[in-house]
Amino acid sequence: MNLAFYLAGAVSVAASLLAVTRRRAIHGLLYFVVSVLSLAVVFFVLGAPFAAALEVIIYAGAIMVLFVFVVMMLNLESGTGKKEGRPFSLRVWLGPAGLSLVLLAELIYIVASGGQGELGGVAIGPKAVGLSLFGKYAVGVELVAFLLLGGIIGAYHLGWHQGKKGS
Amino acid sequence: MTSVDFGTGLTLAAILFVIGLAGVIARRNIIMILLSIEIMMNAAGLAVIVAGARWGQPDGQAVFLFILAVAAAEIAVGLALILRIHHRIKSLDSDDYTQMKG
Repeated sequence: MNLAFYLAGAVSVAASLLAVTRRRAIHGLLYFVVSVLSLAVVFFVLGAPFAAALEVIIYAGAIMVLFVFVVMMLNLESGTGKKEGRPFSLRVWLGPAGLSLVLLAELIYIVASGGQGELGGVAIGPKAVGLSLFGKYAVGVELVAFLLLGGIIGAYHLGWHQGKKGS
Repeated sequence: MTSVDFGTGLTLAAILFVIGLAGVIARRNIIMILLSIEIMMNAAGLAVIVAGARWGQPDGQAVFLFILAVAAAEIAVGLALILRIHHRIKSLDSDDYTQMKG
């Protein structure tokens, strides 16, 4: 399973490099999604399926949606009419799509070869993580709850002022 | 312990972290800076997961969950701040933010 690790790691490094060097933010976001997905594969190979699932759900699902939402809201390139014609030219999506195809091939290989059994190590499932979280780290969970509440209130407060000023 | 070498995993995390750090230093678009910070957080999470896998303990994934929550809160507040500053100074270039006082 070393091959899967190295391949996903290489994809992740390449996607991260391309993400930080893109000119437009939305193209960088596209590559960052690929980077997150490849990191999820790395987590899976390392025997952390729960962390891999959360990486996909929260990073690629929630945080990226926030980013894309803000980029679209700010309407960075003012000439929107010009972009409507070809919203995604071949050059833009070919890179992320190619990197994702590598990940897809890897995923198919892993599933076809028996999934977790091939890893050669112990996979730590969600049950052990949950027991650890709500046993040993119960105080940490509470603190994270405080932090998230603070995040919600902070984001709401900042957004509220803007709405008031704008109207 | 998995078949993946401990040092190799940490090396990958270090490479990703340096990429994110270079992005934070080199980029001027503030959204890209936030994106680079996310890459750095991902690298930190990877390091924690690798350490958890090295000793076969669930602690690594538990700490990764904390990192995930911190990243989510940071992004929510950071993007709200970006919206706010874009509303006030019509620019996303961090070099343009020269009038912050008080």
